[in-house]
Amino acid sequence: MEMKVNRRQFFKVCGSGLAGSSLAMLGMSPQEVMAEVRAFKLSRTTEARNTCPYCSVSCGVILYTMGDKAKNVKSRIVHVEGDPDHPVNRGTLCPKGAGLLDIVHSPNRATVPEVREPGSKEWKPISWDDAFARIAKHLKADRDANFVEKNDKGLTVNRWNTTGLLVSSASSNESGYLTVKTARSMGMVALDTQARI
Amino acid sequence: MALQSLNVTKRSATTTQPPSVRTAEEPVAKLIDVSKCIGCKACQVACMQWNDLRDEVGTNVGVYDNPSNLTDQSWTVMRFAEYSKPDGDMEWLIRKDGCMHCEDPGCLKACPSPGAIVKYANGIVDFISDNCIGCGYCVAGCPFDVPRISKKDSKAYKCTLCSDRVAVGLEPACVKTCPTGAIQYGAKTDMVLRAEKRVGDLKERGFQKAALYNPAGVGGTHVMYVLQHGDDPERYSGLPSNPSISPWVSVWKGAAKPLASLAIGLAMLGAFFHYVTRGPKDEHAEGESK
Repeated sequence: MEMKVNRRQFFKVCGSGLAGSSLAMLGMSPQEVMAEVRAFKLSRTTEARNTCPYCSVSCGVILYTMGDKAKNVKSRIVHVEGDPDHPVNRGTLCPKGAGLLDIVHSPNRATVPEVREPGSKEWKPISWDDAFARIAKHLKADRDANFVEKNDKGLTVNRWNTTGLLVSSASSNESGYLTVKTARSMGMVALDTQARI
Repeated sequence: MALQSLNVTKRSATTTQPPSVRTAEEPVAKLIDVSKCIGCKACQVACMQWNDLRDEVGTNVGVYDNPSNLTDQSWTVMRFAEYSKPDGDMEWLIRKDGCMHCEDPGCLKACPSPGAIVKYANGIVDFISDNCIGCGYCVAGCPFDVPRISKKDSKAYKCTLCSDRVAVGLEPACVKTCPTGAIQYGAKTDMVLRAEKRVGDLKERGFQKAALYNPAGVGGTHVMYVLQHGDDPERYSGLPSNPSISPWVSVWKGAAKPLASLAIGLAMLGAFFHYVTRGPKDEHAEGESK
């Protein structure tokens, strides 16, 4: 096709082209009015319900773990938030609870049992088996030495006054029942829960 | 990407019209009841946790404010005002400071970078960091002194009202965590109703001047306060009693902008005509004449 451009049309085309590109250079090119928010970071995480370990209120929390627990994935907790379905806190958390993620991954966190021997300044990591054996040994030694079977009137009392047990406030009713049964069956008197601290 | 999770109504330094047929979207609001706040700072922690921020561990500056001011890492800060009453008693007024999400945002008006600041149809004012050039005009344009420029990447940061949570139907992180229920979230109309009820309660309890803080100077805000002393917002760590966008922002972005564009155009035109009439500058000849 043959294009016929006369002198006037040529100047029009040149002029509008120059004006348009100049305006675009000056930042006046029309841009789409759009923007996107940050992608929702929990969309494919795995949720697990848990209890805040800090105080006796025992708020419900949700642990958000990356990955779908596939065989070749190492899960890691990436976010912690209050559990809206938990009757205690209904989704809310105090500043300590809201920052739980940072104690989960804290380098200072105790992850294995440790023992500080009498006279020592050092905490020494030990295995769980050693820890349980050690606790049992100490309990037995103390109970054998200090158990009170009868009081001064000759009444059977079966008291063990020299050792106490402090239990978690985050226990369920069932584990609370078992804890009391275990401690009382040995005669332990000083039994308390962190819920009162 | 043709559509977005939240509809945009305003975009900085942009004159094209946004897609605007979806008009039924409900504006949202965060209501902060200062009279219920105990200053526990759970909101500060939840904000950092959600937005993956960790501010530097600061030092005690003699008051409970920690950090002592908003930073690029701390998008919300509790401000503890110790107000001495005329009768000698002390009143502790704790205000959660942060972006107010103005209906008429001064930051957006002042921003020269296209798309660095947007306002969604639900009222949230958001900084799109990819487009931020770090000029700091938003800081000057904000009537509440909220945006902070990061020293790390020279971009402006502030509360997003958790736009990424709101976009999927969740409440902001600070709202969810607040143990006393001092921070509430919902449709703005519902929040205004709730605030009015609370203001009534406070008046019955002896706070005669209790009021809702939803300043008209910036078209109302999507973060509102219930104040026990609504007659004197300045008492709450200098909350402006009548905030407005600096008139210089209007001059700069209004009258000055076309004039400046015209000046640039005339300068270019002048240079062009100079070139046509006088030709290129002949430096060689000047050098020889010396």
